[in-house]
Amino acid sequence: MNIQAIRNDFPVLHQELYGKPLVYLDNAATTQKPQCVIDTIRHYYEKDNSNIHRGVHTLSERATAAYEASRETIRGFFNAKSTKEVIFTRGTTESINLIASSWGGQHIGKGDEILITHMEHHSNIVPWQMLCERTGAVLKVIPMNEAGELDMDAFTSLLSERTKLLGVVQMSNALGTINPIETMVQEAHAVGALVLVDGAQAAAHMPVDVQALDIDFYVTSAHKMYGPTGVGVLIGKQALLEVMPPYQGGGDMILTVTFEKTQYNDLPHKFEAGTPNIAGVIGFGKAIQYIQSIGLDHIVAREKVLLDYATAKAQAFDGLKQIGTAKEKSCVLSFVMDGVHPHDLGTILDREAVAIRAGHHCAMPVMQFYKVPATARASFSIYNTEAEVDALFTALTKARDMFA
Amino acid sequence: MFSLGDLYQEVIIDHTKAPRNFGKLEPCNHDAEGYNPLCGDQLHIYVQVTDANIIEDIKFEGQGCSISTASASLMTQALKGKTLSEFKDLFDAFHAMATADMDDKPDEEVLGKLAVLAGVKEFPSRIKCATLCWHTLKSAINDAAEPARTE
Ligand SMILES: Cc1ncc(COP(=O)(O)O)c(C=O)c1O
Repeated sequence: MNIQAIRNDFPVLHQELYGKPLVYLDNAATTQKPQCVIDTIRHYYEKDNSNIHRGVHTLSERATAAYEASRETIRGFFNAKSTKEVIFTRGTTESINLIASSWGGQHIGKGDEILITHMEHHSNIVPWQMLCERTGAVLKVIPMNEAGELDMDAFTSLLSERTKLLGVVQMSNALGTINPIETMVQEAHAVGALVLVDGAQAAAHMPVDVQALDIDFYVTSAHKMYGPTGVGVLIGKQALLEVMPPYQGGGDMILTVTFEKTQYNDLPHKFEAGTPNIAGVIGFGKAIQYIQSIGLDHIVAREKVLLDYATAKAQAFDGLKQIGTAKEKSCVLSFVMDGVHPHDLGTILDREAVAIRAGHHCAMPVMQFYKVPATARASFSIYNTEAEVDALFTALTKARDMFA
Repeated sequence: MFSLGDLYQEVIIDHTKAPRNFGKLEPCNHDAEGYNPLCGDQLHIYVQVTDANIIEDIKFEGQGCSISTASASLMTQALKGKTLSEFKDLFDAFHAMATADMDDKPDEEVLGKLAVLAGVKEFPSRIKCATLCWHTLKSAINDAAEPARTE
C-alpha cells in the first residue's frame, strides 16, 4: 500500500495552516474526500442533474441509473442479499431513528426491553429513550470494564425473552473498541431479540458481511467512509422491512394515492420518501468503490500498524492517560493529559496544524464512566503517516510544556 | 495574527493552576450552575450580595478548560466588593471585548486585569469558555431556574 499515492488522492490534505502542513487526525468525526468522489459529485451536477424515478427524459434516466448503481455497489460491499434491503437515509442517526420509529412503534410495548451498551453514541441511545418513553418499554445497558470492553457475562445475564432488540456499536468512536458482533448476534437471536449494529465508525475500517454475521439492521454514514455528508444507509433484512410501516410519507414512497387510501411503494422505495440526496448517494457509491480499490484487508493491516505506533508513543508519554485500551481496537487514540484540559490541547494542537477532537464525542456516558469531562482524541485513517503521529506528539509536548 | 501566547498568557496559566476564590461559599444568597455542552465545562458560582447590592463575596467551583477556569478566577477577583450595577457594566465590557473586531483594543481602564482574556476573540471556538462564568453569574444574580449557557 502506497500511502503517498493515497495522500495524493485527497486534495484537502495538501495545505498549510499557520505555516505548517496540515495533520488531519479527526477522522472519526469525518474523513476527507478523495478527488474521485469530488469529481463524481461534480460530474452529476454538471452533466446529469435531474430528479430520479420520475422522468422519462435522458438526464433523469442517467441520474436514476447512477443512483441505483450506487445501491448495488453498497449492497455488494456489505453483502446484503438484495438491493431491496438497502435504504438510503441522511446518515446513521436517521437510520436509527427510522428503526426506532417504524419497527419500534410496531413491535415495542410496555415491559419490553431494549438492550444497548455503555459505549453507544448518543444517536444509539436517545432514539431508544424516546421510544421507551412513548411505550413504557425499558432501556437496559451492558456495562464495560476499565479497558473499555463490554462485560460479556453481564451481557448474557441481561438477555431474556423480554429483550426485543440489541443495539450495539461495532467500533466505538470514543474508545476505538471493536465489539464481538458475531457472538452478540448469536446470543441475542437465541432469546428472540433482533440486532441493530451501528457501523458508523467501523464500516471504513473493517470488512462487514451482514449475511454472515446475520445482522438484522446495519446502519452507517457515508461521510465517515470518504463519502459526502448528509447521506447514509440502513441495511435491513427484507422480511423485517417488508412488514414495517413507512417512516415518512410523501413522493416516491407510494404506488397510488387517493384521498381515501394510499398504496405504498415496494422496498426499498417505501422508506425513501421525497427527493433524496441524489448527488450524495452517487458520491457514496464512488467512495465505496474507492475503498474497494485499496482493499479492506490492506486497510485493516495498515491502520493496525499506525495505531500500534501511536499507542507505543502514548504509553511512553509522561502524564498522558489513554482512555480505551481494549485488546480489540482500531484507529482511535483517546486520552487525557495531566494538567492540560482536552479543550486546551485542541486549541494548542490546532496552532501546530494538528487537527484532533476534544470533547465528549457524543458519548457522554463514556465520559461519566471514566469520570472525565472530556477527552482528546486523535483518530486515524488510511492516509495518515507515522510522521503525522510524530507531529502529534511533538505538539503534545509543546502543550505539556506550556502548562508545566 | 494572534499567537498561542496571546491566548495562554502567563496570568492565565497561573490562574488555571491556582484558581482564586475556588470552592463553595457558605452562606451565599445566590448561586447558579453553568454548562458548556461543547466541551463539558461545568461551573458553579456562589455569591453573597448585600442589601445595598454589593457583591460581598463570590466563589466558584467546577471543572473546565484553562480559559474557563482562569476567566472565572479573574472574574471573582474583579467583582469582589463591586456593586451589581458595576457588574452589569463589566459584563457588557467583557462581552464586547470577547466578541470585538480583531483590531479593537480592549478598554483596559474598565476591564483591568480581565483584559488578558482579549486573545480569545481570535479563537472563535473558545469565546464561550471565557464568557461562561459571566453568564452563570448573571443567572445566579437573576435567580434563574435553568442552568446558564453561553448564548
Ligand atoms: C459510533 C457512531 N455512531 C453514530 C454516529 C452518528 O453518525 P451521523 O452523525 O453521521 O448520523 C457517529 C458519528 O459521530 C458515530 O461515531
